[in-house]
Amino acid sequence: MAHGNFALPCAIVPRLRRERDQSQDNRSAFWLFISEHCERNGCVLMKIALTGNPNSGKTTLFNLYTGSNQYVGNWAGVTVEKKEGTLSYGGESITLVDLPGIYSLSPYSMEEIITRSVLIDERPDVLIDIIDGSNIERNLYLAVQLMELSVPLVLAVNMMDEVEAKGDRLDCDKLSKLLGVAVIPITARKAKNTQLLLDTAVELARTRDYNPRSPVGSVRYDNNTAQAIRDIYALLWEESRLRELPLWFYASKLLEGDPKAAETLKLDKKTLDQVERLVQAYEATSPYGDRETMLADARYKAITAITDKAMVKQGAEGSLSLSDKIDLVVTNRVLALPIFLLIMFIIFASTFGPVGSFFSDGIEYLLGEVLGGQVTALLDAAQAPGWTYGLLIDAIIGGVGGVLTFLPQIMILFTCLSLLEDSGYMARAAFIMDRLLHKIGLTGKSFIPMLMGFGCTTPAVMAARTMENDRDRKLTIMIIPFMSCGAKLPIYALFAGTFFAAHQGIVVFSMYIIGMLVAILSGLLLKNTLFRGKVAPFVMELPPYRLPSPTVLGRHVWEKCKGFLIKAGTIIFSMSVVIWLLQNFNWSLHLVEDNTQSIFASIGRAIAPLFAPLGFGSWQAAVSVLAGLVAKETVVSSMIVLYGAGSQAELATMLPGVFSSLSAFSFMAFCLLYMPCLSAFVSIKREMNSLKWALGTALFGTGVAYVVSMLIYQIGKFFVA
Amino acid sequence: MSRATESTATLGDLRPGQSCIIVAIGGQGALKRRLVDMGLTPGCRVFLRKTAPLGDPLEINLRGYELSLRRADAKNILVEKV
Repeated sequence: MAHGNFALPCAIVPRLRRERDQSQDNRSAFWLFISEHCERNGCVLMKIALTGNPNSGKTTLFNLYTGSNQYVGNWAGVTVEKKEGTLSYGGESITLVDLPGIYSLSPYSMEEIITRSVLIDERPDVLIDIIDGSNIERNLYLAVQLMELSVPLVLAVNMMDEVEAKGDRLDCDKLSKLLGVAVIPITARKAKNTQLLLDTAVELARTRDYNPRSPVGSVRYDNNTAQAIRDIYALLWEESRLRELPLWFYASKLLEGDPKAAETLKLDKKTLDQVERLVQAYEATSPYGDRETMLADARYKAITAITDKAMVKQGAEGSLSLSDKIDLVVTNRVLALPIFLLIMFIIFASTFGPVGSFFSDGIEYLLGEVLGGQVTALLDAAQAPGWTYGLLIDAIIGGVGGVLTFLPQIMILFTCLSLLEDSGYMARAAFIMDRLLHKIGLTGKSFIPMLMGFGCTTPAVMAARTMENDRDRKLTIMIIPFMSCGAKLPIYALFAGTFFAAHQGIVVFSMYIIGMLVAILSGLLLKNTLFRGKVAPFVMELPPYRLPSPTVLGRHVWEKCKGFLIKAGTIIFSMSVVIWLLQNFNWSLHLVEDNTQSIFASIGRAIAPLFAPLGFGSWQAAVSVLAGLVAKETVVSSMIVLYGAGSQAELATMLPGVFSSLSAFSFMAFCLLYMPCLSAFVSIKREMNSLKWALGTALFGTGVAYVVSMLIYQIGKFFVA
Repeated sequence: MSRATESTATLGDLRPGQSCIIVAIGGQGALKRRLVDMGLTPGCRVFLRKTAPLGDPLEINLRGYELSLRRADAKNILVEKV
């Protein structure tokens, strides 16, 4: 924090400003004092909000203004990304809030609800609505709703280069006159006119010279609609307690039948009945006879009337754009699937294949051999006690280092995903795959995260962020761990190699099949229970293909890596230490000679009988399963230690003494399905933004693993016998 | 929809390459709202560009942009073929 330059909690700012505006009677000397103090010291007092449709170039503009001064988090209690940044304007620090991309101010999606609450409750000083000039009608549909909010508004018509390239002409001055708000044509990608946009917004925020004629008047809805909104407005105005609120907004929302609006206003029965009578009279004026359709129709009609005046379309009707031509190939009936699978293969191969593992191995070498070697040498020199080696080298460097080896994979995967997202292909991928996944309660967008699950659950869970819908994301995340990740291969290799040498390939493959079957069944189960009736409509825009912007891409990848590094440095670091302590101390908190005496081992012994119905009730198996929570590879290395085998080869000779073929298969299935490793668990918690959900996912996985393994063992017994 | 319409077709019955004019939007709740918000309002001209390789969802063109929706949802939209 620079001296005298602190950001006030944003919730205070609107109150502060109101108090200052009303302070002639000096009724709030305290607020006046703070306000003056802030002005003297240049505190953040101005707040600009950015809004717009998805794919309108909002992120590009946000990055352009804030550069590296941005903070990415979550909106309280939900997993919708919250981006805030600061920018310096003539020495003054301004907060910029990037609101989620939305199409409308309806109350049905998390993104829309958040936008509404920020704009109504936090009251930014000015709102910049970004409009994709190449798709102006649908973008203005949001703008006319924003105009009702009585927050000073500037429209930024983006992608002006595309509009001009198409040969269309858009007269922004005319648009501005017709709508009664400032309209600035920009090309965010080329930083064209973006300074002018900022100047206009700041000027508007300072002068607060925003007195739109009633939104109904300036947008010119048809007479019936305008009259209905005015009547409801008048009705609300009669209640003086409501006058502080954006009543044009609430009037139109009540006309639409918006349940959230009625709830917020807490209208009494009498007023509600009056509103209802006005609505009925309104519905009677149209053959469609339904308020939602009528108001949307009125809005689109008014918008079309405006754009007809302000826009001259030169592009020949029916001609194919570049985007259409790309789609002729990319979503072609025959070619779509091969192209899609090829792209998926390239992403998977580069993330988890040679390139990714080259960098992962590099990090492992640097940390394990180089750093580990250095620390060992230091400890040797200091003649440090034996346990310090274990703590520093095995637990800390090993634990955190093991997690850091994921970093290159995360970088590569998110570079690929950002490229898909920003180019517009992601929507096509969802379009192509939707049919397949719809049946199990998912959408086309779940495909990529689930596919990545075969590589590693951690980045796969992070990839689920590309799904806007909360329900879809949660359901997908709960299913991802069933996709057999790469770290489980050593377990399969050991057991399949030992017990099913002749059919090793088939047995390992069967694990993948079991994982997928369980995923499908879980999808069906969850869809009809936990997520019943919460299906979000799959009505998805296929945005035009665009060249991804390197800065947006870089920032996105960096944010992902940063989030992951913080996670590795904090939670995973401390959990690694805790688990090391459990593995090396006994209940009387003495360092144990061998791990079989540790707290961990005694917990393993205690829970071992639980696994008897699954065919592997030995305490060694139970402890290895516990050790697998750190990382699934550890199952094998723990077994080597616990059975006192010198090597994996020796372990392989000992296993037939403790496992039968059937219990080996059951053990493999359990390892496939039970709760994911620590790193994945932490990612799940982060992406679901809820410990409860993460624990639920872990319990669900473990429960499913238990049931499946038990079925395999108990039913299998009949056949083996 | 309480009112009778002369149209019998729905958007879900169209074949790729066909165009239509929207007559009414049925359904309710989030889906209906989403459809009208995206510009599927009475009188709007819609072109069914294609179906996904596996037969569903559909890709339609309206108001100068491309939208995809599932056939089952498209059956809520009454249209008049042109």
